[in-house]
Amino acid sequence: MSGELQVVGLGKAYRRWGGELRRIASWFVSGIAPREENWVLKDVSFSIAPGEAVGIIGQNGAGKSTLLKLITGTTQPTAGHVTLRGRVAAILELGMGFNGDLTARENVYHSAGLMGYSWEDIDRAMPEIEAFAEIGQYFEQPMRTYSSGMQMRVAFSVATAFRPDLLIVDEALSVGDSYFQHKSFDRIRQFREQGVSIMFVSHSLSDVRTLCDRVILMDKGRILKDGQPDEVVDYYNAMITEKENAKLTVEQRREKNGWLLTRSGSGEARVENLRLLDEERGTELAVVNVGQRVELRLEVKVHQDLPRLVLGYMIRDKQGHVIWGTNTWHTGQVVEAPRNGETIMFRLPFTCALGPGSYSVSPALVSTDTHLADNYEWVDNLLVFDVINADRPFFIGSSSIDAQFVIERERSGVS
Amino acid sequence: MFGMLSSAWRYRFFISSSIRTELRTKFVRSRLGGLWMLLNPLAQVLIFAFVLSAVLSAKLPGINNRYAYAIYLMAGTLGWSLFSEIVSRCVTMFVDNANILKKLAFPRIALPCIVVGSAVVNNVLLFLAVLLIFGFLGHVPGLALLALPLIMVVTIALALGFGLMLGVLNVFIRDVGQVVPVVMQFLYWFTPVVYMANIIPKEFRAWLSLNPLVPIVTAYHDILLYDRMPDLGPLLSVMALAVVLLLISLVIFRKANAEMVDQL
Repeated sequence: MSGELQVVGLGKAYRRWGGELRRIASWFVSGIAPREENWVLKDVSFSIAPGEAVGIIGQNGAGKSTLLKLITGTTQPTAGHVTLRGRVAAILELGMGFNGDLTARENVYHSAGLMGYSWEDIDRAMPEIEAFAEIGQYFEQPMRTYSSGMQMRVAFSVATAFRPDLLIVDEALSVGDSYFQHKSFDRIRQFREQGVSIMFVSHSLSDVRTLCDRVILMDKGRILKDGQPDEVVDYYNAMITEKENAKLTVEQRREKNGWLLTRSGSGEARVENLRLLDEERGTELAVVNVGQRVELRLEVKVHQDLPRLVLGYMIRDKQGHVIWGTNTWHTGQVVEAPRNGETIMFRLPFTCALGPGSYSVSPALVSTDTHLADNYEWVDNLLVFDVINADRPFFIGSSSIDAQFVIERERSGVS
Repeated sequence: MFGMLSSAWRYRFFISSSIRTELRTKFVRSRLGGLWMLLNPLAQVLIFAFVLSAVLSAKLPGINNRYAYAIYLMAGTLGWSLFSEIVSRCVTMFVDNANILKKLAFPRIALPCIVVGSAVVNNVLLFLAVLLIFGFLGHVPGLALLALPLIMVVTIALALGFGLMLGVLNVFIRDVGQVVPVVMQFLYWFTPVVYMANIIPKEFRAWLSLNPLVPIVTAYHDILLYDRMPDLGPLLSVMALAVVLLLISLVIFRKANAEMVDQL
């Protein structure tokens, strides 16, 4: 069975009563209202279908953890309600309920009991828990002798020892060494393949992209955006930029080819035109052959006198991983003092050493080496092109490196 | 109400393992281990017996045992310690468990169950120790012992009634946790554990009947010292009081539940 979750009009307010006696009186007398209400979560509605993996992203204080607490039932909502179906496992904060004087084995009984499991269940799962934690002899030692990473290994093993119907993970994976991080991430992925519904809160946007079918962006206690991972993650990136430079607007639209275009920025300089050309013939290309010499040509129109202008390029694959990117700050080619009305042409000739697939180009116009100081314009996926392998031996991967096989056979029998 | 009980039953494994854990961890790194659980109340009995026996032993008519006063003390202490342990643990129950309450979803009813469970285990052990000492002192309690479980139930109900209410209030007003130990001290001395009710001047004796612990401690004396069935009338009114307190606690708990975790 897969879990199902429905959240309707959920809200949480922290109330100030102006004195505890007033609060206590309010339990018995209905007319007493709180002095002040501070809504940390308001009007949150969404649902998770069986087998769906949903990521929740947002800056600190956006209300993500409060939302998870309301869903798991550790705190009560002030408004709205949560409907859950199926067995829920929450990895909110690992190691809760562990006692330093007990061994890992005893603590496993204790904390799995806290999750509502019986001894027989735990007995059956114990070998698996012990094996997954991989802490060897320490499993029988008092937990106070553990490093925090070891505690977290035990905690994660217990929390995921029983297949839930809905798994709620709150940034728990950021602890521990990278070996165990991979291992635990794999386990979550396995659950996903088994049809477990997943709710995944993380600041690691690449994890969210990899794991989730859908992403919800939260800001100031509300849902800002709910949609496909690339769409929401790009919007979030643009939003962070916007936070740094006030008064920006973010525009998004999905192109016919399925790529999502996200444009943000303050607009002092704009990209008028971006084309991909064959370097020799100068003709415009939509499909590029592996190894072909090509050129990106970009026209920038300046709408205001600026101290300086930096252009950055980024080439990404379909999953959003950056294949290559740099800017004119790093190459030492900053355009100093562009004037209002000026048009600047940038050319970027290169050899297409990419593997077959679909790629996008995202240009950014900024004033320094990052887009956090001034963001004149940032466009995700402005240009999309496909790479095909027409005349080389078959290969896979996103880059075409100049590699060959050298085969040496030992001759025997022939003289 | 019924839902609460059934969720407590679902979490019985957690409750029993918590009780065991609690007993174990309290003494796991001490030499005498679990013995301390018994030595503490017994040391208190010893002190009082030593200091006060000359003054008070003459006041116990109808008992032909040199150690009558010590037996009287132990019987009362047994009842009092059950009551006071549950009350004082309940007062800090939610605050002490703030960590798991904030991070994990589990039925809150499990917490008082754990408190009562471990208090009962402690008390039964103390009872066995007391029986052993009675044996050494040449005093053998009789069939009235059969009424003891009943008295324990009344004691637990009364203690829970007070404790739960104070425990919830303590989450919001932490002064409660400071005041309760002081009040418990007063209550101890207003209850005839160390002295006999008959040494109180007649004009004040009526006040004693306002103390719901008096029937309980008296019942312990009746059972353990005088070997007679306790007077059920006062015990019934104590039980009625306990039920009322429990209902009030339940209402308060229901009302406070939504905000409680936010205040921890």
